[in-house]
Amino acid sequence: MRRNLWMSLAAAASVAVTMFLLGVFLLLVFNLNYMASQLQSNVEIAAFLHVDTPREVVQHLEAQIKHLPGVREVVLVPKEEGFRKISRQFGGEEELLSATGGVNPLPDYLLVRVNTPEEIRDIAGAIAQLPGVEKVNYGQEVVERLFALVRWLRWLGAGLILLLASGAVVLIMLTIRLTVYSRRQEISIMKYVGATDSFIRWPFFLEGLFLGLVGSGLAAGAVYGIYTWLLSRSFNLFLFLPLLNDPALLLKSLLGLIGAGAGVGALGSLLSIRQFLKV
Amino acid sequence: MGLIQFYNVTKLYPPDVVALENITLKIDKGEFVFLVGPSGAGKTTLVRLLFREELPTKGQILVGGRSITRLKGREIALLRRTIGMVFQDFKLIPDWTVFENVAFALRVIEVPPREIKPRVERVLDQVGLLSRAHLFPHQLSGGEQQRVAIARAIVNRPRILVADEPTGNLDPDTSRKIMALLQEINAMGTTVIMATHAWDIVNSMKKRVIALRAGRLVRDDREGVYGYEA
Repeated sequence: MRRNLWMSLAAAASVAVTMFLLGVFLLLVFNLNYMASQLQSNVEIAAFLHVDTPREVVQHLEAQIKHLPGVREVVLVPKEEGFRKISRQFGGEEELLSATGGVNPLPDYLLVRVNTPEEIRDIAGAIAQLPGVEKVNYGQEVVERLFALVRWLRWLGAGLILLLASGAVVLIMLTIRLTVYSRRQEISIMKYVGATDSFIRWPFFLEGLFLGLVGSGLAAGAVYGIYTWLLSRSFNLFLFLPLLNDPALLLKSLLGLIGAGAGVGALGSLLSIRQFLKV
Repeated sequence: MGLIQFYNVTKLYPPDVVALENITLKIDKGEFVFLVGPSGAGKTTLVRLLFREELPTKGQILVGGRSITRLKGREIALLRRTIGMVFQDFKLIPDWTVFENVAFALRVIEVPPREIKPRVERVLDQVGLLSRAHLFPHQLSGGEQQRVAIARAIVNRPRILVADEPTGNLDPDTSRKIMALLQEINAMGTTVIMATHAWDIVNSMKKRVIALRAGRLVRDDREGVYGYEA
């Protein structure tokens, strides 16, 4: 390897650059996911009941909904409270009450939070079927759009990661191929004097593994440095949403990155050397 | 039983090149054989088949009584350890010393490290280059480089030495020295097969001559002279 220092450096650098991009992108996707799940977990269902539903029936409904699968929490918002909330926007309870002819026209409603945001549509549908429920509202359009966006982002993310990763393999293969190519004479002489293929492959495999480790180690270090710096500056990715601060996930991603780099290096070596073994 | 046996060996290169056609021959242990013929006659193909670099299209090749057409991976490597190869262009690695170039052949077949130095020194002594062991190929003459290549080919004591135009790049005087070395190696029991165009060498040595022409065996003379007319 000392003979091919420059080419080895080039291979390690190409691993480092692609793995760095991959790492940055991975964290970006994680953050988008995190952001989406933050938004999604804030989504709630408001189940409006018929006006004048007796309180016992309301409580019964509350219990019923609580037992629906996927429901995390049910909060009863009595019509009095609802009225108070609204009246704040209309210059006080008295005024609003006089404007509505002395009666509270609002129904009771139940605020429902769910475990998994994806189930919200089904749960809302189930609640709407319950007797006594007038109308169900969960910001259908906004939520559907958000889900669609998140789904799309996930696919895009997965696709881009795949693209970037295969780009990395090709780039690394090409670079390692250069180092193998520069030693093709050595390899063919090895074959001529009766070296076994595995004997010939072994050092190249180790070299690829090593270059991959070095390159992706550098990349992981850079990603880690930049990310923790951003965290320390409490950088906000979008508007008010903070960066995902999950050391375990970060560690896992970085280790994954290093592992992938080593794997790609070793694989690149083995693939590159194949054609030179056909003597 | 011959050391090397070809039975009705044909080698075709698609679409329509007949490199060898129906070759049957037998070479015994300890023989010295010249392989002659014009360029494109099939000499190199024959060497490649023997070396299991290529497979025959038809026919059977035995080395030491074993068919080599069905060898796989490791067995091919083992076969090649019994055949030393010498090329016209030496194929030495330029940035390694003479010693390293020869030792390489032992290292890659995993000879114990402590045996390597004495064996390399012995073989370098045999080819008369022990004093130049620390030099690099470009510091040697062509004849010396070829002797390094021969040392590399015989250092693991193969039963067969195959030389493809070993004197092709050398002047007559140097060629004679190389031939003397090959004869010496042959005298120690190694079977030598040498493909060549050097008619003067062939004629002066009075050894077996196998002549190929257009892929066919046209002559096989015990104490032959150069020529490939049928």
